[in-house]
Amino acid sequence: MADHGGGGGCCPPMDLFRSEPMHLVQIIIPIESAHLTASYLGDIGLIQFKDLNADKSPFQRTYAGQIKRCGEMARKLRYFKEQMSKAGLTPTPKTESQGDINLDDLEVKLGDLEAELIEVNANSEKLQRGYNELVEYKLVLQKAGEFFRTAESSVVAQHRELASDEIPEESLETPLLTDQETKTDQGKQVKLGVLAGLVAKGKSMAFERILFRATRGNVFLRQSSVDEAVVDPSSGEKVEKNVFLVFYSGERAKNKVLKICEAFGANRYPFVEDLSKQEQTITELSGRTSELKRTIDAGLLHRGNLLQTIGEQYERWNILVRKEKSIYHTLNMLSIDVTKKCLVAEGWSPIYATEQIQDALERSTIDSNSQVGAIFRVLHTKELPPTFFRTNKFTDSFQTIVDAYGVAKYQEANPGVYTIVTFPFLFAVMFGDWGHGICILLACLFLIFKEKKYSTQKLGDIMEMTFGGRYVILLMSLFSIYTGLIYNEFFSVPFELFSPSAYVCRDTSCSEATTIGLIKGRDTYPFGVDPAWHGSRSELPFLNSLKMKMSILIGVAQMNLGIIMSFFNAVYFKNAVNIWFQFIPQMIFLNGLFGYLSLLIIVKWCTGSKADLYHIMIYMFLSPTDDLAENELFANQKTLQLVLLLLSLIAVPWMLLPKPFILRAQYNRTHQGEAYTPLEGEDQSLQVEANHDSHGHEEFEFSEIFVHQLIHTIEFVLGAVSNTASYLRLWALSLAHSELSTVFYEKVLLLAWGYNNVIILTIGIIVFIFATVGVLLVMETLSAFLHALRLHWVEFQNKFYEGDGYKFHPFSFTSLGDDDE
Amino acid sequence: MYGFEAMTFNIHGGYLEAIVRGHRSGLLTAADYNNLCQCETLDDIKMHLSATEYGPYLQNEPSPLHTTTIVEKCTLKLVDEYKHMLCQATEPMSTFLEYITYGHMIDNVVLIVTGTLHERDVQELLEKCHPLGMFDSIATLAVAQNMRELYRLVLVDTPLAPYFSECITSEDLDDMNIEIMRNTLYKAYLEDFYRFCQKLGGATAEIMSDLLAFEADRRAVNITINSIGTELTREDRRKLYSSFGLLYPYGHEELAICEDIDQVRGVMEKYPPYQPIFSKLSYGESQMLDKAFYEEEVKRLCLSFEQQFHYGVFFAYMRLREQEIRNLMWISECVAQNQKSRVHDSVVFIF
Repeated sequence: MADHGGGGGCCPPMDLFRSEPMHLVQIIIPIESAHLTASYLGDIGLIQFKDLNADKSPFQRTYAGQIKRCGEMARKLRYFKEQMSKAGLTPTPKTESQGDINLDDLEVKLGDLEAELIEVNANSEKLQRGYNELVEYKLVLQKAGEFFRTAESSVVAQHRELASDEIPEESLETPLLTDQETKTDQGKQVKLGVLAGLVAKGKSMAFERILFRATRGNVFLRQSSVDEAVVDPSSGEKVEKNVFLVFYSGERAKNKVLKICEAFGANRYPFVEDLSKQEQTITELSGRTSELKRTIDAGLLHRGNLLQTIGEQYERWNILVRKEKSIYHTLNMLSIDVTKKCLVAEGWSPIYATEQIQDALERSTIDSNSQVGAIFRVLHTKELPPTFFRTNKFTDSFQTIVDAYGVAKYQEANPGVYTIVTFPFLFAVMFGDWGHGICILLACLFLIFKEKKYSTQKLGDIMEMTFGGRYVILLMSLFSIYTGLIYNEFFSVPFELFSPSAYVCRDTSCSEATTIGLIKGRDTYPFGVDPAWHGSRSELPFLNSLKMKMSILIGVAQMNLGIIMSFFNAVYFKNAVNIWFQFIPQMIFLNGLFGYLSLLIIVKWCTGSKADLYHIMIYMFLSPTDDLAENELFANQKTLQLVLLLLSLIAVPWMLLPKPFILRAQYNRTHQGEAYTPLEGEDQSLQVEANHDSHGHEEFEFSEIFVHQLIHTIEFVLGAVSNTASYLRLWALSLAHSELSTVFYEKVLLLAWGYNNVIILTIGIIVFIFATVGVLLVMETLSAFLHALRLHWVEFQNKFYEGDGYKFHPFSFTSLGDDDE
Repeated sequence: MYGFEAMTFNIHGGYLEAIVRGHRSGLLTAADYNNLCQCETLDDIKMHLSATEYGPYLQNEPSPLHTTTIVEKCTLKLVDEYKHMLCQATEPMSTFLEYITYGHMIDNVVLIVTGTLHERDVQELLEKCHPLGMFDSIATLAVAQNMRELYRLVLVDTPLAPYFSECITSEDLDDMNIEIMRNTLYKAYLEDFYRFCQKLGGATAEIMSDLLAFEADRRAVNITINSIGTELTREDRRKLYSSFGLLYPYGHEELAICEDIDQVRGVMEKYPPYQPIFSKLSYGESQMLDKAFYEEEVKRLCLSFEQQFHYGVFFAYMRLREQEIRNLMWISECVAQNQKSRVHDSVVFIF
């Protein structure tokens, strides 16, 4: 990678491999064009402003007032939105705007609209309340009237039964008291008072209880539930209510009952006892309700029209207000000049954007008729710039996978480039089945074709994640079709796709096919695993050996890639120490042990030797001088082993020792000029100042560096073993996947087939489909995904990736929409 | 089973403990208070609060704000959090959480009863009640004329019923015996809560008994100071002290006979934990005592978060939030009434 120049012009740009070169720029903006400038820069969206007022609280900043205004407008817009959703209107998506609107005009307009809306609402609420009261009143009259009628008829019936000679008084109260008492009490009968009203159903029990307690049982209460929920006049909510009638005697009781009614929020209505009068009131009420209804409808129509007009403009206003708010937030981050004539902005921007920014500055100067142009200049700093990759919708999701682990340090080699291929590939190694691959491919193609539609709307949590990773899934499915063809698995059924199987029966009867086995009768199967292996007794040993060795090859290759990446990093950052004392011994160590193992595997595959690789590897350490005997794969193998072993042994102290000492020597050399030892007391303050001047000149602590290197070395040495072993998960998961799909196929589908019964077969197919989709397509995809993720994050990236950078968050209007809600 | 909570606590309490600790980290910090104290208008306060957890609760308030709105919305947040926790809680934590609200219930009862006595509108009074201490029939309290009725009509249905056993009299309600009722109720409540926590055992008992003892002692001091110069007899005063806490029983004997604030001080300084509180005050002063007690309480409440696997954190969190709301109320009032010089008088920093 000839990218030494630090992103120089000679070489083709390496868009993803190194993050964009950035610089810190300072822009001095005259105050009259500040707003326009910020707005143009927001349109470009390529500059990340630094907060120069971090020590000031939000309301002490220059544009706090404007932000408050914007907040207020946003609140009004939210109010409109709420009103619209209550009225069942949706804001119509952007009607092409007719000219720009000024923020001040908008503020006035919003204020007017809000006032109008509130007034309309208040009016209609008043009317609604009146209407609801009337409705309740009507209900009370109807229900309570019913009490009286039923009571009357029952008492008439009772009297008939008793056939009593005295004619009972036709008073309305008497039927409600029990028969016997009425008779005895008639002499000293007191006039009973009546209260009628409505109480919420939930409270009715407590209401009754309290009434009983408060009056010591000296009331008579009748309740009857209203079938439909009634709109409560005071709160405007729909509540299930009971109509109640209370009979009481005496003024004190009346007061108590009144208070209790009040406490329970029970609405009371005047109640006339005369039946004919009741009828009259009811008809009267009906007339008034229909009248009110008409008025209310007219009011609603008016309100609907108002909201409609708001709805047409809503989106535009909303965007405008948000833009303004973000502009003022940005302006608040700039430091204001003492003369209050200009604002000073500092921020990071990619170098390629310089022209665009300057262009925007010029335009804003012209458009705002400012007399002085904005001044743009590049600052030099030792601060680490933010990391910015120019991704597209395809590479974005892969970069997200890497970023989830840690954002790359500025201009560090980006594993994301390789992840695009290796991630889906490792996934597919674990998920090799071209049937399943096609299923996922179809689902994912569906997402990609619906891309336009889905990218604008809100999706559920899981759906959103799937949609975001649609291109990852696309590659994953394509690769798993590929590995599926290699494994020759289609829902665990083998196919002779490329040619007939190479193996044939020993004789025509084929009786020994399952016992002794087949013999090779044709050319080797051209691509992937021969279908004849499937279902044979030696299927598992064969596939296991294949997949296990393959996993190790893949693992060693990827780890080597990781170490080579550390080489690129060292070259790029001109760190020779890392090349000589980290990269080289690491390469030697890893390849001396596991590179050698990979070599053995390949040689064994090519020669078809029966050597035992375990034995070779184990005795390479235990007794390296012993004779290899029948395990010898090639000439001079023993010598090679000895050399490799020695090299690996040397590599460990090579990694461990020189680097810290060299670093110390370097440090001492650069600090020789400062040979004067500061006085004890002044030590602290000098340190602080030195740190202040130049970031990154930290105190050199030898022991710390040494311990760090020690840990690093130990980690690498142990990691070489454990990481290689970790790659065996490729084998394990692919084994699990194929075994699971075999189980579902044989124990569900074939078993059901065997019964020769349509119902059982249908059930079998349904179970099979659900198991395939639920377990294999969803769960297995997830688990393979996670394992591939781990292999990248841990086994691959720990070889080189620092991941301690921070992301570039430009001030941009396009990302405004995601901020809120 | 002290010390073994770690094994089983998380089965039922883990989720909520995590929630409450998350809530705690949302409490305003000293930096927030510093910024708030610099605010010029209530809108500034709103703007600052909108960057905190209170944001969603305040964002839809139209601009001329009132102190009451701020406090109301902040309380609403606390209530929402409390209700969420209560919904998720299982026994015995749900009972524990309910216990926390009983104090507010007592206050609300007293508020309504005093209000009706002074012929205020019930609706108006209801708005003033703390939402945590609401119960169904609270409005009915206005009907009652004396304690017995109060009990028989309304409170018998509430969890406060058992606490009433000591103060049922047929006397008509007046300011004095309402205050006595409040303190009797509070005493019974604290004692009951204390017993409940002891029954729970483990770290909960340990931490809560400390917190409740402090509460009881503070009430004892307040009762003493407030009753100086009233017709309350020593014996009656003695009866209002809760029967636990650091001052129980000997401190109570001495407090009961105190005649002025300096005597109270003399009594309290015998108890080492309370020495620093009183040493901050000059002689004869009782104005700053509340703040000193609040500060001490906040310190103790914060400490309870240092230990895990106990219910004390819920109590502590609720109390801290309430303190925070009191702070916000004070700050907003000072800002609204242009008394910014007094802003620091009553604000208790939590962190």
